[in-house]
Amino acid sequence: MPLSEEHRRRRGRNVLLGAVLVGLVFLFYVLTIVKLKMGV
Amino acid sequence: MTVDSAYIRPGIAESGASDYVALLKPRVMSLVVFTGLAGLLAAPGALHPVLAGIAVLCIAIGAGASGAINMWYDADIDAVMRRTRARPIPRGRIARGDALGFGVTLAVASVALMGLAVNIPAAAILAVAIAFYVFVYTIWLKRRTPQNIVIGGAAGAFPPLIGWVAVTGGVSVEPLILFAIIFFWTPPHFWALALYRSEEYARAGIPMLPVVAGLEETRRRILLYSAVLPPVTLMPAMLGFAGPVYAVGAVVLGALFLAGAIRVRTARDEVSARRLFGFSIVYLFSIFALLVIDGSTGLPG
Repeated sequence: MPLSEEHRRRRGRNVLLGAVLVGLVFLFYVLTIVKLKMGV
Repeated sequence: MTVDSAYIRPGIAESGASDYVALLKPRVMSLVVFTGLAGLLAAPGALHPVLAGIAVLCIAIGAGASGAINMWYDADIDAVMRRTRARPIPRGRIARGDALGFGVTLAVASVALMGLAVNIPAAAILAVAIAFYVFVYTIWLKRRTPQNIVIGGAAGAFPPLIGWVAVTGGVSVEPLILFAIIFFWTPPHFWALALYRSEEYARAGIPMLPVVAGLEETRRRILLYSAVLPPVTLMPAMLGFAGPVYAVGAVVLGALFLAGAIRVRTARDEVSARRLFGFSIVYLFSIFALLVIDGSTGLPG
């Protein structure tokens, strides 16, 4: 069954939010590694 | 009414990810990111690539946050102007409160991340830039004085300063010159736009210079700022943190900018104003690109 316009928009928003959260986790992981290597 | 639409507030359509992206004013962000990156690359010393990427990301998010908060405050006048009425809030895609919450969250996140990852001075200047754009330009000056974009334009001049300070950790004369370049570029850039949008600004009640002082006075001041701008852009070469390629480029670009402003003053038509507005964007990109290309000449370290 095709998704309604509302469903489609909500899914797009949720995917973006999920991607941002995953990106933040990755960012802080890399940042921690870099700071450790720099001895900060 | 479907079950889904019961969750949507009256008058607000279900917003999509693209509506939130639009709140960040991505086209404005591109110039902000570029000048911030240029400041970062032109600065003496080196920043770890990951930290440099985070610094640019923070500048971009901070600029986007400022744009979202600006759209929250200016939703009423955005709905009146043709240029802005397709924005998410006037279109009924995002509620004003949601835009404010989104903007404030991003503003706090960008400053906090800059402080944690890069350094406190860069985070502090980023916070000042966001506050300046929101409180000084958007809330205080924009609807009150034709000097709105002269003083308020300083907000857009912060990114290269932030980029530079992200590397060096402190403010010196060089990044202040980069700040000055954008500061003196801003009035002719926006007044060229206002020349052919003056009716819209008048209808929205924004006291842009053409609305308050007339088209002729606006053209005169565009010419005045366009004459001041080239000497300011030559200062990096004169102070030795840009080389001869930059100097020659700045002279040529400055002459073209000035010629455009003279054309606006003499032709007194919309075409010349549109051309100057379009060229002013290319001009700023080019000046900062030249600074990055030829900016290392004479740099210590």
